[in-house]
Amino acid sequence: MNYEMGKIDIAWCPGCGNFGILNVLKRAVSELNIDPHNLVLVSGIGQAAKTPHYLRANFFNGLHGRALPPATLIKAVNPGLHVIITSGDGDMYGEGGNHFIHAIRRNPDVTAIVHNNMVYGLTKGQASPTSQLGFVTPIQVDGVFEEPFNPLAVAVSLNASFVARTSIHNLDLSLNIFKQAIQHKGFALVDTFTPCISFNKINTRKWYEENTYVIDGSHDPTNRNSAFSKACESYPWPLGIIYKSPAKLSFEENLYIYKNNNKPAINREVQWDKLKSLIENKKILSPG
Amino acid sequence: MPQMPSSNDISIVLGGEAGQGIQTIEQLLTKILKLNNLHVFATKEYMSRVRGGSNTTGIRVGSHPLQAPVDRIDLLIPLDKNVLPRLQHRITEQTIIAGDREALKTDLNVIDIPLKKLSIEFSAEIYSNTIALGLILALLKTDALIMKKYIGKHFGEKGDKVVELNIRAADLGFKQGHKLIENGTVSFPELSISDIQNDIMINGSEAIAMGAIAGGCQCITSYPMTPGTGVITFMAGVEHDFELIVEQAEDEIAAINMAIGAWYAGARAMVTTSGGGFDLMTEGLSLAGMLEMPVVIHLGQRPGPATGLPTRTEQGDLELALYAGHGEFPRIILAPESLKDAFYISQKAFNLADKYQVPVIILTDQYLVDTYYNIPPFDINQLVIESCVIETDENYLRYQLTNNGISPRGIPGKGKGLVGVDSDEHDEAGHITEDLELRVKMVDKRLKKLTLIKESVIPAQIYGSSDSPTFVISWGSTNPIVREAVTCLGNKDLAQIALQQVYPLPGNLRHILLSAKHTIIVENNATSQLGKLILRETGFQIDKKILKYNGLPFTVEELMHAISETIS
Ligand SMILES: Cc1ncc(C[n+]2csc(CCOP(=O)(O)OP(=O)(O)O)c2C)c(N)n1
Ligand code: SF4
Ligand SMILES: [Mg+2]
Repeated sequence: MNYEMGKIDIAWCPGCGNFGILNVLKRAVSELNIDPHNLVLVSGIGQAAKTPHYLRANFFNGLHGRALPPATLIKAVNPGLHVIITSGDGDMYGEGGNHFIHAIRRNPDVTAIVHNNMVYGLTKGQASPTSQLGFVTPIQVDGVFEEPFNPLAVAVSLNASFVARTSIHNLDLSLNIFKQAIQHKGFALVDTFTPCISFNKINTRKWYEENTYVIDGSHDPTNRNSAFSKACESYPWPLGIIYKSPAKLSFEENLYIYKNNNKPAINREVQWDKLKSLIENKKILSPG
Repeated sequence: MPQMPSSNDISIVLGGEAGQGIQTIEQLLTKILKLNNLHVFATKEYMSRVRGGSNTTGIRVGSHPLQAPVDRIDLLIPLDKNVLPRLQHRITEQTIIAGDREALKTDLNVIDIPLKKLSIEFSAEIYSNTIALGLILALLKTDALIMKKYIGKHFGEKGDKVVELNIRAADLGFKQGHKLIENGTVSFPELSISDIQNDIMINGSEAIAMGAIAGGCQCITSYPMTPGTGVITFMAGVEHDFELIVEQAEDEIAAINMAIGAWYAGARAMVTTSGGGFDLMTEGLSLAGMLEMPVVIHLGQRPGPATGLPTRTEQGDLELALYAGHGEFPRIILAPESLKDAFYISQKAFNLADKYQVPVIILTDQYLVDTYYNIPPFDINQLVIESCVIETDENYLRYQLTNNGISPRGIPGKGKGLVGVDSDEHDEAGHITEDLELRVKMVDKRLKKLTLIKESVIPAQIYGSSDSPTFVISWGSTNPIVREAVTCLGNKDLAQIALQQVYPLPGNLRHILLSAKHTIIVENNATSQLGKLILRETGFQIDKKILKYNGLPFTVEELMHAISETIS
């Protein structure tokens, strides 16, 4: 499969972690043999959200914060498509926070890769919901004092289907997790640590290397309580699969139209006969 | 005040607290009247509460089709004591009031029907509603057998006991009514009947929802907000039969973005909301403009700003619909006037959205979605789903620059091409661009579609002579009320111009307006939003305005009065 765009002008700073995410994502879809024609990349707005422009596939680059609602319905009306969301921490956890909560509850079979650089890159360095305490920016001049958003703990609390974290400095782990997330049936969240070399001088590649560790086999990702404590760990942050909720039905599987019939909604036709009788039923005919 | 002829119809008002069961009487009464081959028109006026308050339902019964509310009350059935003071201004010497004199505590002349006492033998006060139903049906000289049969059907599922008690209660009321006719206390004009057995009875929400289904709608995503909710509720009720995806979104922002995603992937989708929810959708509306994605939005207006009067009506959001969304892009705004038009216009909305790749707004209001009356059944044989989705080839470009501005719309997975869309300014392939020459081409391309759209606008309808010196202009749900008022005034120098599309405005409008000596605009808002739009689009300044914005629709008499004052 060819996912290469050819010669294009990529708008990221040289050395940005987004390049690593893009490459790992390409490898993941390639190793999983996903036809670009059946793949839709969905994003909001931000540096991370430009990813769909750099990988040859269908794409829906919507509004800031609003990647999840269209992604959910793209999958729902045509479940044969693979839907992958690639967006930033501000996009998914800030502007789109409400959708984040409700997409987890809805559980569409889509994969959300969040490029978490703990900063707003595109708008030049303001705090994001995941910025750490004390992070100084041109707006947060005294440093961030709001409690940082913990996407993994929120996801586990909502009994999310698949919750993982990786850091792009660890390419092998990232590839492995992306592939598992894409293959997972149901909503899969991959919070991906990535350095913004221009606007986050604190959380650098070296910082991620020093402040993360890979979870070993002793963690049972199907145990929600231990998943919750894993999700709450910091300094160092755990990387790996935090939580997988046991066999949940996806949003599409819960939809009545797919209970006994796989035909995508987009191919369903107007039931003219039923409409005729629906109209007929409004006639209020005399009983007996 | 000019009186309207009342020999052809009788106006009944039922009033009571929420939860007192006036809805049940209304449901039964309207259906039984229709079974008696009488035309029925019902309109609600409800408070925004689930219990208590004071709600009324107005029902007009007649020998010809009825589509407008009147002030006149021929028969008033107050079920609690708050109804009379509230309706005082509408009660005249001709109004017959029938009810529990003791409970009503009034000096007005009330025909005493001791509902409470009478219902004691039925062990529950709720039967007093059924007694009242029987009373009304007798006063209107309808058939007792039809009444009993229908009550039997209506309560059938609740068991024989309930059926029997209700029939007995209705019969009791019917006998009381009969007595009042026999002793000459009440005498309503004889209504002639016409064969309307084939007619259907629906409300505005149902008409829109059925139209959407007939328009190929496969998916509705919305967040509840009165008066938009009726449409999604109806569609949810039939989602299994019609294989629909019905999803209650977390907010209106999600709802519209979901619908846009659904269209992108190849489905026909809609959202339904009211002003506040539409406000939240405006960025999504702009997204549809940029992505050139079709989307259908039902906007049921209620009085604002902010939460306003949640259960009342207004035509106050025309400018909202017109100007919502940042940036410049074309849109279509339709404003059906009746149940029939609500159906066909909703159906058409999906084809228009698909054809021009623009947002289409169906602008209704609380009054229209809640009105309920009989109309001939919809003819669905002529309806077609005009899908413009193409199968793509390897070189497919979603935003290919074409002469008319419309780029053929492909969907993911259908054909050999890839489909990319971007809310940033984009190139022909949908990729983000900052090429400013291309920017200009893309803006022109999007705006060019408006020229095409103008070719298929619903024309302005003239009722009366097209060379009348005076025209009364109105739009949407207000049209039929103006029409009846103008007809009743019987002034040959007066005609109506009725609009059912408010953007783009019909091409024939300017021409018609220029031929008039005097123009009067009637709008259910405070600032004459259509008048301002007409001025902007045609340069034509309308002379006089008749505006109403207290949360209620116009009535026929009110308009007859206001129009004759205005022209004299
Ligand atoms: C409604 C709206 N508000 C604000 C913006 C401006 N904006 C664009 S991207 C962004 C934040 C980006 O941060 P993040 O999602 O973390 O992405 P990053 O650039 O860091 O990858 C903001 C505030 C916008 N485009 N739309
Ligand atoms: S600003 Fe930061 S996130 Fe954006 S491209 Fe540069 S390094 Fe990457
Ligand atoms: Mg960021």
